[in-house]
Amino acid sequence: MLATRALRLIGKRAISTSVCVRGGHGVAKVEDYTLPAYFDRRDSPLPDVSYVQSLSPEQKSLKEKEMGSWAALSNDEKIALYRISFKQSFAEMNQGSAEWKSVLGGVFFFLGFTGLVIIWQRIYVYGAVPHTFDPEYKQQELQRMLDMRVNPIEGISSKWDYENKQWKK
Amino acid sequence: MSVPKPMMRGLLAKRLRFHLPIAFTVAIAASLAYKFMVAEPRKRAYADFYKNYDAVKEFNAMREAGIFESARPSGE
Repeated sequence: MLATRALRLIGKRAISTSVCVRGGHGVAKVEDYTLPAYFDRRDSPLPDVSYVQSLSPEQKSLKEKEMGSWAALSNDEKIALYRISFKQSFAEMNQGSAEWKSVLGGVFFFLGFTGLVIIWQRIYVYGAVPHTFDPEYKQQELQRMLDMRVNPIEGISSKWDYENKQWKK
Repeated sequence: MSVPKPMMRGLLAKRLRFHLPIAFTVAIAASLAYKFMVAEPRKRAYADFYKNYDAVKEFNAMREAGIFESARPSGE
């Protein structure tokens, strides 16, 4: 509006006052995703818009009838009005499906595949293990732990019989 | 279309009436189980270990085994 008034001051040109945005390109096109949307959600029971936006003639006449006394509506008409406003009832939207089986199947499948990848990796990628894993070395480690009395009350040294030099029965 | 009017109030109270005793019982049972299956045996194990514990004897046994750097076995 301001732009057209300014232009009128400058010179008498025939400018339509409905085109009043800078650049003269007009009002931006309204995208669908910018408008309020309909969705069925348990935790948000009243969506921003009705489900049916463009009413058919019968639905329009039904909406007129809704303006009057609701006792005059038949049960079918009440259900039709409900279906205009909502897509699924709470019972319908809450009902479970068998999707969990596919999900679990997919999970197990990919776990198995990961196992194969790890096996391949163990064989073809990893090098040899250090010498500290040799059985003799491990035995010496255990002997040193027992000598040091590691965890003598509830742990490993408590299971060793120091008198008879063997594991306790 | 004659559906009875659903319960409008007291839903949480009803749930709590059922679940709260169960929750308290399970919690108390869990703690009692831990006390008598873990804590008490552990305390007894420690008490028994230290009842006749001779620190010097244990030290000498460890020394002979050769694990100390500053207290070598008596032979060396």
